[in-house]
Amino acid sequence: MEVSKEEILHIAKLADLEIEEKEIEDYIINLEEILNFANIVNNAPVEELDITVGSKEEVNVFRKDEIKIFKDNKSLLQNAPSQDQNMFKIPKVIQ
Amino acid sequence: MEVTELTVHELQEKIKNKELTITQITNSYIERIKEKEKDVQAFVTVIDNDAKKQASELEEKATKGEIKGEYIGIPIGIKDNICTKGIKTTCSSKMLENFISPYDATVMEKINQENMINLGKLNMDEFAMGGSTEYSYFKKTRNPWNLNKVPGGSSGGSAAAVAANMVPWALGSDTGGSIREPASFCGVVGLKPTYGLVSRYGVVAFASSLDQIGPITKDVTDSAMLLNIIAGHDEKDTTSSNREKVDYTKCLKNDVKGLKIGVPKEFFGEGINQEVKEALENAIETYKKLGAEIEEFSLDIAKYSLASYYIIACAEASSNLGRFDGIRYGYRTPEFSNLKELYKKSRSEGFGAEVKRRIILGTYVLSSGYYDAYYKKAQQVRTLVINEFNKGFEKYDIILTPTSPTVAFDIGSKSSNPLEMYLADICTVSVNIAGLPGISIPCGIDKQGMPIGMQLIGNRFCEEKILNAAYTFEQEIKFREKYKPEFK
Amino acid sequence: MSRDDYEVVIGLEVHAELSTKTKIFCSCPTEFGAAPNTHTCPICMAMPGTLPVLNEKVVEYAVKAGLATNCNIARESKNDRKNYYYPDLPKSYQISQFDKPLCEHGYVEIDTKNGKKKIRITRIHIEEDAGKLNHDEFGGGSLVDLNRAGVPLIETVSEPDMSSSEEVESYLRKLKSIFEYIEVSDCKMQEGSLRADVNVSVRKKGDTKLGTRTEMKNMNSFRSIVRAIEYEVDRQIDVIEDGGTIEQETLRWDDVSGKTFSMRDKEDAQDYRYFPDPDLVAIKLSEEYIENIKNSLPELPESRKQRYLEEYKLSEKDANLITSSKYLSDLFENSIKVCNNPKAVNNWIISDISRILNETEMDPIEIPFDSEQLGKLIILIDKGTISSSIGKKVLTELFENPRDPEIIIKEKGWIQISDEGAIKEVVLKILEQNPQSIADYKGGKDKALGFLVGQAMKETKGKANPQMLNKMFLEELNKI
Repeated sequence: MEVSKEEILHIAKLADLEIEEKEIEDYIINLEEILNFANIVNNAPVEELDITVGSKEEVNVFRKDEIKIFKDNKSLLQNAPSQDQNMFKIPKVIQ
Repeated sequence: MEVTELTVHELQEKIKNKELTITQITNSYIERIKEKEKDVQAFVTVIDNDAKKQASELEEKATKGEIKGEYIGIPIGIKDNICTKGIKTTCSSKMLENFISPYDATVMEKINQENMINLGKLNMDEFAMGGSTEYSYFKKTRNPWNLNKVPGGSSGGSAAAVAANMVPWALGSDTGGSIREPASFCGVVGLKPTYGLVSRYGVVAFASSLDQIGPITKDVTDSAMLLNIIAGHDEKDTTSSNREKVDYTKCLKNDVKGLKIGVPKEFFGEGINQEVKEALENAIETYKKLGAEIEEFSLDIAKYSLASYYIIACAEASSNLGRFDGIRYGYRTPEFSNLKELYKKSRSEGFGAEVKRRIILGTYVLSSGYYDAYYKKAQQVRTLVINEFNKGFEKYDIILTPTSPTVAFDIGSKSSNPLEMYLADICTVSVNIAGLPGISIPCGIDKQGMPIGMQLIGNRFCEEKILNAAYTFEQEIKFREKYKPEFK
Repeated sequence: MSRDDYEVVIGLEVHAELSTKTKIFCSCPTEFGAAPNTHTCPICMAMPGTLPVLNEKVVEYAVKAGLATNCNIARESKNDRKNYYYPDLPKSYQISQFDKPLCEHGYVEIDTKNGKKKIRITRIHIEEDAGKLNHDEFGGGSLVDLNRAGVPLIETVSEPDMSSSEEVESYLRKLKSIFEYIEVSDCKMQEGSLRADVNVSVRKKGDTKLGTRTEMKNMNSFRSIVRAIEYEVDRQIDVIEDGGTIEQETLRWDDVSGKTFSMRDKEDAQDYRYFPDPDLVAIKLSEEYIENIKNSLPELPESRKQRYLEEYKLSEKDANLITSSKYLSDLFENSIKVCNNPKAVNNWIISDISRILNETEMDPIEIPFDSEQLGKLIILIDKGTISSSIGKKVLTELFENPRDPEIIIKEKGWIQISDEGAIKEVVLKILEQNPQSIADYKGGKDKALGFLVGQAMKETKGKANPQMLNKMFLEELNKI
């Protein structure tokens, strides 16, 4: 697998990560190495097999439509780096 | 014998016989932590004064008969990715350095219901990504058997704290071996339950379809007891199983006559350390002697499992870790001029290198054009792995493998090569991929005195079989009586 | 070429907020208008370690919507994660449905000037709403309120089957009325509980290939949608006529300037990296479950309409208008139960009530009075207690401050004067004051009678019984 610089930067953008110029090469080498290894899955005898996502045992696990108020409302904002009027404060979003 | 050397079932006995009080036990552990933490570095947060206060309150209530239960005042340590209300939950990350959860994880609610005492939050690889606890933002935990070696990971703090007698037992989490590998490296017992047996509500998600919380203990009896406490259906976790509750201590029969054990030859091939191999062969002989029926068979899935593991785990992680954006909680970069910068810088500065590597890999395999080749294939491999295990369990009650191809390695020896680190998970990940239960118990030591772990894998929800097999083995070889960590 | 040489192709993605009591994945209330972040919990705030649990009503309501729009209901369905970063999306992924939506391949029928037309529905799927960004007037930043985060939505995606803004309006009204009838959404457009993304493209008539489309997001009023489509169609045709090409992009409609604007930050195509949400288990619906929901569906607008045509002899136009909204239709039926005068109820709804709704841009669901009050108003007119012109005043009062019409007319002193003695007194007074009118009347100008009655009404502030006034004036004039 070859990974280009543009590709790494595109992926980093999707992941909302900033990669410094000097890190790019390392990321490429690591990613290529791991992808080459991960490529093993393409040799696995899996034709016509379904995918498995997670728990196969449980289906239709639902909740009743009943209101439960979370009482400790204050604690929900206690970790906010910046807040105002019980809301999370962020730089201005231009829509 | 020192108080802190006792198992929990031994502590219970002493409390019952009034040889020890709750406060004595807690105080002994706090003393022990004070003495050993500088060497072992197992804790992110130590709870000492509050724990002492809690112990004396519990003791008073218990004496008056106001509270009842088998586990009142029993101390425990908690891996720092399990949410504890009012106490920092950091995931050993700069991102969550000051994060205080507004709620308790379901397993914490269960621990609290038993009136147990939380002695602190234990170190780990950042966001549980790693196999050596070297990727913690705060500190590198050391292996009590040899302080130059890693304790394994990601639940390295939990395993090291139990091995060093700083807590009688601990909770860890296991996504690809994160309970079993450190248990193996530290000579203790680590159990990864069947996916769905223990609620995941409140464990900070790494890979949702693989994560499970489990016990790290000094012996198998304690493992069964702690599993009793944490297992059970939780309506907050839709993947949690609705099966009837089982008392796991009842299955410890010290008898494996007629038990069919399959030994997959592929797990003993290339890459396995000779001394580990020999220790496992001795273990197999022990089982034979005890009357189990051993058979070698082929289970050629290890490499496929490992490859699909890294695809699935990283894909899920890339999405799970998106919520750490510096808005509602967690690290926020001090300098930013707009929202985009706030996001990017907070995430890039708040996450460590390994976490970022995995987010990049996960984002890559889910991105358009690669989804089918990687993510979808990996999920098909998952079906293949399940099918292959199913075939195995048609013939065998349990499957026996090494926990890790090697013993604990030197600190710093692998951390620069991610792929090499990943390959160390080769024996454990297939268990997570298939959602099976697996236990690691010590089965010997190598010439340098480092513990060797054996992994017993059961069919889904067949914890009782592996617990009994582990217990029977433990009673026979008496590892804890023979070997102790020396803090070299 | 002129506009007539072009064909317009429009498809809609309609988001309707479901009227469940709680959010889709946690037990927080969905109620509109609470103080910021008070309808939140660790789950909808995406605290680390939390997990979603699907609300059973959300599945039920989506299946209802699917059945009411002739969709196939999936026997197996699942939830997927749609990954993107935006501050109103706390998990940084929206739980939605990708390749296995609950409902597929449906249609609704609309009335067009060329008769009935089927608009095909591609799919209906469930997903969660995002939070809200408020702009901080003083601090210069934005503030995130997550009360709406996790409110359940169904997204109904149509095929590009509409060819004019009228058809779009008609389709949207139809969808709205269906969702109201089956009570899955209150469809309050002003509160944003029904909103549409509109995809518009144009092509020269006869072209088989679709033109490049633009998307206008989050439109929540019929008027804006119609205006925006008209504008966008003209714009696209102008661009093509000028030899340009249409760019595929997301646009924002600005109601004030009446123009569409290109939205920023679209230089990269989005890659949402959909994958099945491992925190949620598969949805498997049994035949029995679907059958039960089918049997529980209430009467739909089309069938009510037929009933009104036959039972109450309503005109097609009136029946269409009344059944276009469940609330109007319920008001119609329930008021008839009170006053037993279908014709009068029909008249009130299609004329005065509709006029006020239009003028105030009010949605029928927001009508503040109930059928009991409208029915009583009609009874008061029928009994002659008030005149119909007073009735109109009472209706205005009902919109402003709804209460029992009898109390209103008492408070306001609007009770009609039907006492013969009192009426006679007024008539004699007016005749005395207007000798010229008497002369006009006698001279054959019938209009003079109207003038006199008008003067008498003025004198009594509209309270005199007009029939009695008329009769009495004639009697007295003939005596002269």
